[in-house]
Amino acid sequence: MKNSNISQKAGFFILFLCMFITLFFLGVLLYFIISKGINAISWEFLTSAPSGGMTEGGVAPAIVGTIYLTFGAIVFSLPLGLACAIYLTEYTPDNLVTNILRISINNLAGVPSVVFGLFGLAVFVKYLGFGVSILSGSLTLGILILPGIISASREALTSIPQSFREASLALGATRWQTIRKIVLPASLPGILTGVILSIGRAAGETAPILFTAAVFYMKGYPNSVFSEAMALPYHIYGLMMEGTFPEKQSQIAYGCALILLLMVLLISAIAIYFRQRQRRIYNGK
Amino acid sequence: MENEVEISVSDLSFYYGKTKALKNISMDIYRNRVTAIIGPSGCGKSTFIRLFNRMNDLVPGTRAEGRINIGGLDILGTGVDVVELRRRVGMVFQKPNPFPKSIFRNVSYGLEVKNVKDKIYIEEMVEEALKNAALYEEIKDRLNDSALMLSGGQQQRLCIARCLAVKPEVILFDEPCASLDPVSTKKIEDLITELKKDYTIVIVTHNMQQAARVSDYTAFLYFGELVEYGISEKLFTVPADSRTEEYLSGKFG
Repeated sequence: MKNSNISQKAGFFILFLCMFITLFFLGVLLYFIISKGINAISWEFLTSAPSGGMTEGGVAPAIVGTIYLTFGAIVFSLPLGLACAIYLTEYTPDNLVTNILRISINNLAGVPSVVFGLFGLAVFVKYLGFGVSILSGSLTLGILILPGIISASREALTSIPQSFREASLALGATRWQTIRKIVLPASLPGILTGVILSIGRAAGETAPILFTAAVFYMKGYPNSVFSEAMALPYHIYGLMMEGTFPEKQSQIAYGCALILLLMVLLISAIAIYFRQRQRRIYNGK
Repeated sequence: MENEVEISVSDLSFYYGKTKALKNISMDIYRNRVTAIIGPSGCGKSTFIRLFNRMNDLVPGTRAEGRINIGGLDILGTGVDVVELRRRVGMVFQKPNPFPKSIFRNVSYGLEVKNVKDKIYIEEMVEEALKNAALYEEIKDRLNDSALMLSGGQQQRLCIARCLAVKPEVILFDEPCASLDPVSTKKIEDLITELKKDYTIVIVTHNMQQAARVSDYTAFLYFGELVEYGISEKLFTVPADSRTEEYLSGKFG
């Protein structure tokens, strides 16, 4: 009796310790980024282009570029991934072929991002002739986040009770009506969770855009999908690795890191708001 | 009133893979009557009625043989429009399964998927269906509230209303009271008795008292075999088959 009590307490303590360590590192990371980046941030930093050989001015083109690339990636991969997930869960039986497909998709998620970058270079930039452009970068990022979108959507779709589908079909709805009117709305919160995670990933990746979209410096802003673009993650990399004035440039880099972090947080917050609203509707409140 | 045949089942067998779940069943189900299907768990009761609206199509690896004739149509045939069939043969499930939508949208759903656009007609139909399901008075002021806020018994009556709004000829009840308390069960049973004036009703139940209370005809299924079928009063008082008698007296099941 006494022994099991002690081991329970020890167990709780270890769990608490693990949680504390995790939170500790997260806290240190945030403190580090914020304290080093906060001084760089000003209105000018957010709204103007770099100047003075990358030692002055702002990073607005990189912010805009990152928004374009992330948005492009989602626009490309959400419909495709969702369609793929719907097909796999609603229209195909659970057999060997679909299992192999599922495993392949999961494995795709484990492919290093630089490999996607090389793929994008070979296919989008060279073969399809899109050049180093927002289009190539978005497509490459889109493929990178596709497995995540498919997995999250599949999980959301399979979590919808079969009884909803049966009820709908029994009332004379077609399969497609059942998916569109019952299954999809009910699984939206889960799908949005996948989208949130994917946005974070797409905004922060450097390797896939390295050869496909990003430039270290450009004049003005991108004006079409075939323009090249600056992007925050690549900008950070450039400032830290290729600068001639490390002192000034590293401060700008930390500013960029902080902005990237805030952007992802903001987008997540918006998506979480929609997810919660959808959940409330579905729980009847 | 004369008995008219609504559903005619002849030599029906059903397979889950290689397992024969229903064995050469033949029976006639009569219009405007309540027919109860009783039998121990796993004897094929639900499988049986889920053939009437082709719900088993959703289960991979299954196969049916024989014929089910509803209103002159062999509904197991290959060219049958299952969507149209399910509008004629409605179903109420074991667990209340309202959609996570408003009460109104639940009832109007069947019309919505039928592409009915006339708003006034839909409103009339919804009200009528809710009245016929004996739910209207309780919820008339909160039609736009979520259906999930209703109690279990109300949810089940909502599912019945949802089914009525499509105006089917036959309603299949698959153990509709299995998850309800006695008071809610009583309401559903009264409702079934009321509904048989306009509909042909088939109810699966493993509650023999319920079958005796609500049904005109009763079929006893045992391991996929139709053991006995006849007028409920007779089947429950003087069963012809010894297995029926044993089941009714609680020797197994």
